[in-house]
Amino acid sequence: MSAKESRGVRSFRFLTGAVLIIWLVLPLIPLAIWSFAHGWFFPNLLPTKWSMKAWEYTFSDTSGVIDSLWLTIGISLTATVLSILIGVPAGRALGMYKFRGKEFIELLILAPIIVPGIAVVLGIHSVFISMGLNNTVGGVILVHLIPTLPYMILVMSGIFSNYDPAFESQARSLGASPLKTFWYVTLPAILPGIIVGGLFAFLVSWSQYILTLLIGGGRVVTLPLLLFNFATSGRNDITGAIGMIYILPGIFILLLTARHLSGRSGAVGGFGQI
Amino acid sequence: MTHVSIKSLTKVYPGATEPSLDRLSLEIKSGELTALLGPSGCGKTTTMKMIAGLLEPTSGDVTFDGRSVLNDKPEHRGVVMVFQNYLLFPYMSVADNVGFGLKMRKVDKAEIDQRVGAMLEQVKLPDLGQRRPSELSGGQQQRVALARALIVQPDVLLLDEPLSNLDAHLRFEMRDLIRSLQQEMGITTIFVTHDQEEAVVLADKVALILDGCMKQYDSPNVFYKRPVDESTARFFGGQNFIPGHAEGGLFDSSFGKLELPQNSASGTGTLTFRPENIRIAADQSQPNTLSATLVDTVYLGTQTRLKLTIGDQNVQAVCNPNDVEGLVTGQNLLVTIPAEAVWLLTS
Repeated sequence: MSAKESRGVRSFRFLTGAVLIIWLVLPLIPLAIWSFAHGWFFPNLLPTKWSMKAWEYTFSDTSGVIDSLWLTIGISLTATVLSILIGVPAGRALGMYKFRGKEFIELLILAPIIVPGIAVVLGIHSVFISMGLNNTVGGVILVHLIPTLPYMILVMSGIFSNYDPAFESQARSLGASPLKTFWYVTLPAILPGIIVGGLFAFLVSWSQYILTLLIGGGRVVTLPLLLFNFATSGRNDITGAIGMIYILPGIFILLLTARHLSGRSGAVGGFGQI
Repeated sequence: MTHVSIKSLTKVYPGATEPSLDRLSLEIKSGELTALLGPSGCGKTTTMKMIAGLLEPTSGDVTFDGRSVLNDKPEHRGVVMVFQNYLLFPYMSVADNVGFGLKMRKVDKAEIDQRVGAMLEQVKLPDLGQRRPSELSGGQQQRVALARALIVQPDVLLLDEPLSNLDAHLRFEMRDLIRSLQQEMGITTIFVTHDQEEAVVLADKVALILDGCMKQYDSPNVFYKRPVDESTARFFGGQNFIPGHAEGGLFDSSFGKLELPQNSASGTGTLTFRPENIRIAADQSQPNTLSATLVDTVYLGTQTRLKLTIGDQNVQAVCNPNDVEGLVTGQNLLVTIPAEAVWLLTS
């Protein structure tokens, strides 16, 4: 009986795995092929001619891909660091304390996930103009915090709801200053959450298009903007090459966090609240 | 060696109407082991946290050797608190846990290693330094927590319910360990407990706190012999309380007249005596011998509990099972309540 059950479970797992691969990996294959293609026309299954031209162009100075890559990394890293700095104390407050208006604040934090960014970005646009933040990298980083913070705060509030602050009292009592208490006691306990939340924040920032386009005003050209330019101009080979570069952080992060995301660490427990 | 003095210490939590702790005053001599005893929620842990600097008192003062420590941060007070659930840092090995306080004091690595080794030796866990706290039993965790506190040689050691999470056979082992280390190092120690037995077996002196107020502060045996009032006597297992009037060394009640110990007070009051001090008598030759009716017996293995009525009062007695063999419910018997075993509570 149990053997039969486990066979059922196994085949279900195989099926879901197969669906996931078809869904997520297969669409990437034409992209990869395109980046090496020099002429690929219907009804051919594979390109008739192969070439490295798209890759050569991508890495050349004229394409601007490398500059754009560094800019995107810089914006996403800064947005991630800011998300951590804001998300850790906010998550602590929401995860550990009861206070008046807590439900309202939780809803407010979730709002950017529920409300589409494009609905609010025009309002933000006019506010940013008056503050001189439009068309600046700083403005883009700031507007990226709108979608990144909810993930960070939710992960951290999940972490802090399982956290016993008495450990901090114990450390203080044993002679640790508040700073050392944070470093030796609090940080190791919340680090899985910071890592997972931070990676989410990075990826969310990495994939922003509309917010960057409107606030950056075409001056701040991140990788997705560049990618979109080539995709709309019909350069499938270059789109393929940039696309390959663009998905690298996602794959890297997925491999890195497979362990943390497995649920055992509870780092993604905060998402239960959504 | 630190003399701890607590003066009218009061804590009212924000939003609360009643104080959690109401004007507690205590003098704890250098090197003494003192128990704060009281039911859960009576303000014991609140008191500890205020002494440790982890909670700000609403009013009152705490002094060490006459110097107020209220403005000292917890890490500079010379107080270490050991929490009830031990709170060993899960990300560190046992040795790193024990050495934590020394590391915070910037003691060099070699000395930390040497002192941690010696300390683990003292709490009889010499080989467990490299283990993780989660791999230890409750009793071992408790000893690591104690080692971690003692290694910094605090002026004052605070223990929160040090024996309550342990099995019966571990309690006595732990009790002896705490007592011997505390005596050896001469650290003024305060612990809180809700268990009067724990207080009695471990402490030099016991402070009983009921409803946020201190009832009595004395050596453990005094609580059994001379409780200050009925609630104190009840907390220590007293069950017999007889109203009446004392005059000239005699107590007049529905029992008839009973002899009191010498120098007893006079006036209206309540007479109390412990269940274990009632003896079954063969005849009327002893003073304070009364006629009683047996209502029920409860056999408890090493002792037998008797429910008696004397006059119109219910009285509880605890006897050796051998002495009460053959007694039948409903029968009359004679009991003696020795004059030296009764205690008069006057209001």
